Amino acid sequence: MSTATADLEAIATRRQAVRGLAFTGPAVLYTLAFFATPLAVILIASLYASDAGRLGGDPGFGNYARFFARDSLLVALTNSVRLAAITTVVSLALAYPLAYVLAFRVPARWQRLGIVLAVLPFWTSYVVRSYAWLLVLAPEGVVNGTLMALGLIDTPLRIAYSDAATVIGFVHFFVMLLTLTIFSSLVQINPRYLLAAADMGAGPWTAFFRVLLPLSLPGVVSGAFMTFVLAIGDYVTPAILGGSKSLVLPQAMFFQISRNGDFAMASAMAVVLMAVMAIAYLAAARWLRMDRV
Amino acid sequence: MRQIRGILGTGAVLALAYGFIYLPVAVLVLFSFHELKAPVPPFQGPTTAWYEALFADPKLMDALVRSIVIAVVSGLGSTVLGFLAAFGLARFRPPLAGLWRFLLLMPLTVAPMCVGIGLLILANGLALPKSLALVTLGHVAVNLPLAFTICLAQMGGHQEVLERAARDLGASEFRVLTRVTVPLLWPALFASFCLCFTFSWDEFIISFFLSGFDVTLPVAIWEMMRAGINPKINAAGTIVFILSLGLVLVGEIILFGRRRRHDRRVEL
Amino acid sequence: MTVVSNSDLVAGTAAVPQASAGSHLSIRGLGKTYGGHAALADVELEIGAGQYVVLLGPSGSGKTTLLSMIGGFTVPTRGRIAIGGKDVTALPPARRPTATVFQDYALFPHLTVEANVAFPLAMRDVARAERPKRVAQALDLVGLAGFGRRRIHELSGGQRQRVALARALLVEPEILLLDEPLGALDLHLRRQVQDELKALQRRTGRTFVHVTHDQEEAMVLADLIVIVHNGRIEDAGTPQRLYQRPATRFVAEFMGESSLIEGRVAAAGEGRVTLETPLGAISLPGKAMAGAMGTIAIRPENWLAGPRPDDAVTIGRATVIDSVFQGATWRVRARCQGIELLLRLPPDRAVSPGDSLDLSCRERQMVFLDR
Repeated sequence: MSTATADLEAIATRRQAVRGLAFTGPAVLYTLAFFATPLAVILIASLYASDAGRLGGDPGFGNYARFFARDSLLVALTNSVRLAAITTVVSLALAYPLAYVLAFRVPARWQRLGIVLAVLPFWTSYVVRSYAWLLVLAPEGVVNGTLMALGLIDTPLRIAYSDAATVIGFVHFFVMLLTLTIFSSLVQINPRYLLAAADMGAGPWTAFFRVLLPLSLPGVVSGAFMTFVLAIGDYVTPAILGGSKSLVLPQAMFFQISRNGDFAMASAMAVVLMAVMAIAYLAAARWLRMDRV
Repeated sequence: MRQIRGILGTGAVLALAYGFIYLPVAVLVLFSFHELKAPVPPFQGPTTAWYEALFADPKLMDALVRSIVIAVVSGLGSTVLGFLAAFGLARFRPPLAGLWRFLLLMPLTVAPMCVGIGLLILANGLALPKSLALVTLGHVAVNLPLAFTICLAQMGGHQEVLERAARDLGASEFRVLTRVTVPLLWPALFASFCLCFTFSWDEFIISFFLSGFDVTLPVAIWEMMRAGINPKINAAGTIVFILSLGLVLVGEIILFGRRRRHDRRVEL
Repeated sequence: MTVVSNSDLVAGTAAVPQASAGSHLSIRGLGKTYGGHAALADVELEIGAGQYVVLLGPSGSGKTTLLSMIGGFTVPTRGRIAIGGKDVTALPPARRPTATVFQDYALFPHLTVEANVAFPLAMRDVARAERPKRVAQALDLVGLAGFGRRRIHELSGGQRQRVALARALLVEPEILLLDEPLGALDLHLRRQVQDELKALQRRTGRTFVHVTHDQEEAMVLADLIVIVHNGRIEDAGTPQRLYQRPATRFVAEFMGESSLIEGRVAAAGEGRVTLETPLGAISLPGKAMAGAMGTIAIRPENWLAGPRPDDAVTIGRATVIDSVFQGATWRVRARCQGIELLLRLPPDRAVSPGDSLDLSCRERQMVFLDR
């Protein structure tokens, strides 16, 4: 007699489950091994002390205590948050108009070209792009050279190696990213909503604030969140453009490793960084979920 | 009148925006042909001296090759793992699917620097020397969510019906995968590979932490930058730009071309 | 062609059930439960070979689940399926003697027409030299000779469907399963394809099982209609029998239109029942328990308005609510003792709202329904 039917269902379900796990397994195992494990290592290492390249001592929150007590390190954290916030706001302010213009004011034929052009420099090397800004902003760079040659200034302006330069470097990158995400979000809005608003007597500004902006908000919020999180965790741009006077958290982490060999402290700072990102994520998630309703 | 104001406004926004976006790239490319070391106008040249110096520099050329190899390997690794995971989750709905999806997407929320530090400590603890292999492993870990997301987005319901039809017509599971799933999904696979390739070969911080003496291109450029402004970097940057651009355009054309044919199919 | 269905046994109004030894498709006690919800339950069906069977029902009735289980895509929770005498319940789709034409045809867009149709041959590792010949035969059968080199996206909807048919028929299945194949086509094309499908089934002589929610389509195509409702088989029979003698209220309303008169069984016996209805006591053939609720169903075209013929039973006087001219008939809604009735009158019987009609009906054209 062939297999009873109830067994058939159970067998089929089990086979599905096994197959599913077999296909998904490798990626999950890989992530556990090469992502989750390093994170766990960081968490654990942060509880110990670094002693000549090895971890030792008794587990505790000593590193964290030191971090929050030491002004220089705490300042790195606040710098990171501050610069990331400024970057986010400025990038949004520049990207939204561009995305809006590309979505609604540029003829449909040119839209795709427009957005591709806006995003093209994205594909230059990140390191080299920050370097390019250095070329532009440095004392012996393009801006200063031009201004001096035109006789407008005598001594070079101190733009490079400052917070302003870091923000400029960040904004340049994130304007491209945000333009892309906001454009995608705007383009998906049914143009009939705007037509309906106009039909009911809304002027262009009203239509924007009461219809377009709210509808594009999910795209804006997720873009802003992405910007903030990426900016906080970035090492390259501040390192190249920011100079050594005001450090951001990634730079401080870097120096802990390269100068002090203090992996434990660096780990603790990494945990703090991840905590900040998690908070940002929770804030954005609540926002996003509210909007989905 | 309002029309003209509108057009002027649009023009102004576009001009300012593109101007800002292209300023550093223009400076980079322009001054890679500049005769003097300092990127100060007026422009003098053009000269290909810096490009020649670049190609003659064994350190940079080796770094370039290493970057490409790592990018290819990690791109393939991410794409294969990401595709299999997307296929498994979308088609078979295994138990704890939500958990696996969460786990696979988690690297997107963590700064690569943290991953780099963690891998470094881990390697030290296991007495493993820094190496390009470690860099590759790190890159796959960080790019896997991207490949996974791209492939998952393409695993539509229609695709599933095609696979069911193939089974109905006698195909074994293996053949379903090779004759139907992969051929149909290959634009997504290619796009995923291109993107992972680009992110890998442009990646700095993990490469910096985990590579020993043999460095990748971004790290080599970084080391060059420590020594100050040097137009060889301009040349290197310009070349990286052109290569990355080329790869992305190829990926875009293939994906876009496929999509256009797909769209025609949907119009019954 | 034989059918065994629960409703037939209970109502005793259908053909005498015969368990046939040569049944082509045999389904016993089939059920499918998802989480607490039963998508399908207690399905019993015996179908002889060479029939055009239509599974008819509204959305969510379970008809597609049933088809899916015959094809092997869904594993049943209980019950068995046998094809040609062989139990196939445990077999996957690839090993069953069935082939399915899916709702939007599931043609492989990356292959040509020829490669699509040849796909099953490739899966069976048939020699490459053999394939073109068989593909050409299959395309010929569906009227697409010479289309081999075309790409799928170049074809119209009707052409794609024919390719899907050719591909499915190539494996010479014992049963061809069709999942709402005409849903994507416009009305004119649908009629044309219906005729072609019927002709194809006759030509090949294979058993077709076709799922649809369109009862007109079912009437055109089917040798046997199986009505699926809420996961159960409500009724099964020829289009004629289902239309003239529906077994349940649902069938009476789903297949065409009916007037339904409800009442309580006052008396029952000797094959007749008398129903106390708002229109008075009506007596007609049927079987019921005294005191139970029952319904009389009358098709719109069976109403007689005017002087009562000798062989008809008086029902009552109705007032016209409205009437719509529909070419071949007037579709008239009328109210009698508070019950709304639907009538179809000949084109020369124009009536206006407010008119009175004396309605009668022949006894044999009234159907007693106990559920």
